[in-house]
Amino acid sequence: MEAETLKGLYYEMLRIRTVEERIAELYPEQEIRCPTHLCVGQEAVSVGVCASLSRDDYVLSNHRSHGHYLAKGGDLKAMMAELYGKVTGCSKGKGGSMHLVDLPVGFLGATPIVGSTIAIAVGTAFGSVMKGEQRVTVIFFGDGATEEGVFHESINFAALKKLPVVFVCENNLYSVYSPLSVRQPEGREVFWLAKGHGVESYQGDGNDVVEVYRLAEQAIGKARQGEGPTFLEFKTYRWREHCGPYYDNDLGYRTESEFQEWKERCPIERLQERLLKEGVLCNQDIEDMMRSMEVEMEEAVAFAKESPFPEERLLLEEICDS
Amino acid sequence: MTTRELSFSRAINEAIDLCMAKDPAVYVMGLGVPDPKGVFGSTLGLQQKYGSTRVLDMPTSENGMTGVAIGSALVGMRPIMTHQRIDFALLAVEQIVNQAANWHYMFSGQMCVPLVIRMIIGRGWGQGPQHSQSLQAWFAHVPGLKVVMPSTPYDAKGLLIASIEDNNPVIFMEHRWLYSIVDEVPEGVYHVPLGKARIARNGNDVTIAATSYMTLEALRAGEMLAADGIGAEVIDIRTLRPLDDALILESVRKTGHLIVADTGWKTAGFGAEVVARIAEEALTDLKSPPRRVGLPDCPTPTTPALSNHYYPRAIHIANAARRVLGLSVDETALHMATSVPLDVPDLTFTGPF
Repeated sequence: MEAETLKGLYYEMLRIRTVEERIAELYPEQEIRCPTHLCVGQEAVSVGVCASLSRDDYVLSNHRSHGHYLAKGGDLKAMMAELYGKVTGCSKGKGGSMHLVDLPVGFLGATPIVGSTIAIAVGTAFGSVMKGEQRVTVIFFGDGATEEGVFHESINFAALKKLPVVFVCENNLYSVYSPLSVRQPEGREVFWLAKGHGVESYQGDGNDVVEVYRLAEQAIGKARQGEGPTFLEFKTYRWREHCGPYYDNDLGYRTESEFQEWKERCPIERLQERLLKEGVLCNQDIEDMMRSMEVEMEEAVAFAKESPFPEERLLLEEICDS
Repeated sequence: MTTRELSFSRAINEAIDLCMAKDPAVYVMGLGVPDPKGVFGSTLGLQQKYGSTRVLDMPTSENGMTGVAIGSALVGMRPIMTHQRIDFALLAVEQIVNQAANWHYMFSGQMCVPLVIRMIIGRGWGQGPQHSQSLQAWFAHVPGLKVVMPSTPYDAKGLLIASIEDNNPVIFMEHRWLYSIVDEVPEGVYHVPLGKARIARNGNDVTIAATSYMTLEALRAGEMLAADGIGAEVIDIRTLRPLDDALILESVRKTGHLIVADTGWKTAGFGAEVVARIAEEALTDLKSPPRRVGLPDCPTPTTPALSNHYYPRAIHIANAARRVLGLSVDETALHMATSVPLDVPDLTFTGPF
């Protein structure tokens, strides 16, 4: 893979990490007043997939969408303002972290009912085909979503109509506190479910951005050629709690040692090690990147904090289109 | 515009046909849409005319396919979904309520969901508890949805065209017993605006506001009352959300009495909303407490022996009007034999669906 591409992947992951960690630091100030689901540890999936998408392609997502949003090119200031409930937010404060949107870059929406946007994403792909476009739709969801009926209904239809959808499952092994073992039978891999629906399916290391990139590039290319959907399962791990800024391993639903194992496989550290070793980046480059990202984030936070709240009249506006 | 006699189901068919001819973004999907029976005639011929890309049958996946319809609507298509019974659409309530209804607001007006969902209210011939529910009250409760219930072929066509051209999700409820009624329907495109009720019969003595098939029963009640010199003003509500309460208020201010006849259960039914609004705005204009006519609080029984006691008819509405006017009520009329069995709309209906 080209050095420039690798650098780009590294940059995007580091940027998401910087943003998410800073949100975790700010959250206790209680000015972000909405449920916020951070993707620290899962950055490689967003970045590895979106790297092969064009601006015109569609992405839909779920409650844990910050990484998907940013990797697709979503505006950071609009995202932070949305978390702070301000009128300058991407949804004027009406959506918050769980309902992000950035239409100009094709991020069509993220909503938190598990599995729901999977059907809607199949719909945007269906609509694209009806309009004769060569657009691809990527839908991000977690392991829990594969238990929802709507997942099966959606993938069945995508297979039936050979729709240009790439189904990306971030299997982070937990649905809030529930491990996969209480939700799905042992010995069955998540991606087999999609195979059962007749959809070409692969499993990959969700903490290896190069592997994610490779599989996603292939799937996206296939969709764009009109050859139908692909399902990609990426195993990864959420570092912080399901919802909120803290670490919560002390609750005991998962072990500290499991967490440490995954932390050692940090997608950013792994790529960083490789890039330093191959001389693609040096320590100064990394420091410079981090500095510029921190500055960018500070500007976005300042923008959010200084922006006004929506006026009361907005409560009863934009309910129906007139 | 020339008019001719057209049935309710053909009027719906014509509305869809005209909209599809006019706008390539309009497409139709539903279980059985291309069937030989064409959803009681309402979709007959459409697939032959427009092809299977635009007129499609669908997998038995009501919830997922509603999501698909929503997604396609977000990117510029205008889907018309059809459910042969409201009861089947319940599988899709998640997509309808959480997604379609909220999408415009929660993303601050940046996208629309121009989706029409046709739902048919079953009745008669032993439809039973799961093929006859009339749940407009549920959908009328939800901001972001529009809820329409035509009761004439003329209105069915005009309201459906308006609904298809509306940029919001519209729940379009059609009563099965209206399907073969016939009316003067103009050819070509015309619109009946959403959000406007209609005075179906003028009168000065009592207001009867009704939804869907109950409008017909209310009109029959009007004739019964007229025989006794009572002038009923019958209002066909037509759009439940947004409700044209102004027209109903104007009528109640004139008559001083209100009956609401709805096709759903009385408890927490749509009649309750109408009565509440009138009570809030015109309490001092009322000369009697408003009364609701609706289904009793039980699931629909299947045997006609029981369903004959389940569905209120014109006589029940007329008796309710007599009660609010302080007049005596003719109980014997309730037990008179009818020429048409009570579990069919008319003698042309021989079952089963």
